[in-house]
Amino acid sequence: MTTDATVTPLIEARGLHAYYGESHVLHGVDVTLMPGETLSLLGRNGMGKTTTLKSILGFVPPRRGDVYIKGVSTAKRRPWQLMRQGIGYVPEGRGIFPGISVREHLIMAARPNERGETPWTMERVLDTFPRLGQRINHDGALLSGGEQQMLSIGRALTTNPDLMILDEATEGLAPLIRDEIWNIIRTIKATGISTIIVDKNIDNLLEVAEKHLLLVKGEVKYSGDSQGLRNNPGLLETHLGVA
Amino acid sequence: MSDDIVLATQGLTRRFGGLVAVNEVDFDVKAHEIHAILGPNGAGKSTLINLLSGEIPPSEGQVLYRQKAIQGKSARQIARLGIGRSHQKTNIFPRLSCLQNCELAARIHMGGVLGSWRSRHTAQQVSERAQEVLETCQLNHRAHTTASDMSYGEQRQLQIAMVLATAPSLMLLDEPMAGMGREETAQVTELLASLTDRYTLVLIEHDMDSVFRLANRITVMVDGCVLESGPTEQIRTSDKVRDVYLGRHDEGVTA
Repeated sequence: MTTDATVTPLIEARGLHAYYGESHVLHGVDVTLMPGETLSLLGRNGMGKTTTLKSILGFVPPRRGDVYIKGVSTAKRRPWQLMRQGIGYVPEGRGIFPGISVREHLIMAARPNERGETPWTMERVLDTFPRLGQRINHDGALLSGGEQQMLSIGRALTTNPDLMILDEATEGLAPLIRDEIWNIIRTIKATGISTIIVDKNIDNLLEVAEKHLLLVKGEVKYSGDSQGLRNNPGLLETHLGVA
Repeated sequence: MSDDIVLATQGLTRRFGGLVAVNEVDFDVKAHEIHAILGPNGAGKSTLINLLSGEIPPSEGQVLYRQKAIQGKSARQIARLGIGRSHQKTNIFPRLSCLQNCELAARIHMGGVLGSWRSRHTAQQVSERAQEVLETCQLNHRAHTTASDMSYGEQRQLQIAMVLATAPSLMLLDEPMAGMGREETAQVTELLASLTDRYTLVLIEHDMDSVFRLANRITVMVDGCVLESGPTEQIRTSDKVRDVYLGRHDEGVTA
């Protein structure tokens, strides 16, 4: 896939090697994401998708390799400093605080983007997720799984990000709620926010994301567009079990 | 009550302050069936399972197991009656081997860890039980593998094996396929299907392919109440259920 050399990538990761203790998890992973693009990370459980995200975001700093966010090296910088460069993170497991309310979650995270703009206000988040409005004073612990997921996405949006990272955004959700989350992801994409998504629904990923990275045992087995994947059903069958 | 009903609830209700999480639920489970509980997130499914397993007491209503009231008993007492449960999140000891995890579950069930260490006879029973459930769950080739080194799907299978090690006759399974890819889901689905000769299963699951493959009957909950309960085919084609839970299209392919 070609990229415009005059435009700075939102994310550029080169040759990432990440470890948990002595366990070598990522083996030279490259990731490039241009402004406005949507990228999916594909692979079976345990292949390095979440670790790739955590390496980019500094939660699992790579022992080798370089990460640049908007052209700036992430070396020696803390995850919260990287987030302030315009990244909204929806972690696997949602990361909702049980003892604070929906309103407090949304107020706590809110900030303008690097240009001082606030396109995603709390009101806009509540318009996008009317269920959160109905639960505005409820603590995180009292929310259902779907409501927690909406709050996690809504909270990330109030940081007015240029890039949303969604790790297993629809896991454990009822079919109708999953549909709702995918519609919201499409809405986010339509507003021009770049997105990196990890999910298990291949059909939706092939439709929503234009770029895909297939990880197998911490190595990139495929990097390219949806058509390339559709043209290579053997790849999906071998590495994802999708016939 | 029909003889083949092993578990039933009558007017089962649980309130958390002003929130009625489970509201006058009546349902029953027949011996050797797989009874699925479906519903949107927040419908009260996990709370219902917690009430059945004794992890929380009901505000009102009865739970009848083999026609005897068990509401108010502790989770440990209910487990000893033969009701085992697994949780949404994987609950295993990551540094123990697969076999050790199952032995621990069997030991605790057979009267406490310290007491059972002392008896050679119990130790042998524990070991045999652990080996047996690993075989049932097709994990015998992983017996000496450290749990943290197993794949996510295998860890979920291990969790089911640990429930089996407590010698239940009825198992309450809360989203056993959560977070699994397509192949892992298929593997656990076949495992559960193989258990019905010996066990009765109550299953909460959002993977509809698995539910429709496995369930004999389905109860659908919404806002703490039973919306509809009946044979799988009835629920699959129910307009009410489609409107609140399934939606009106086929599910996409999952990896």
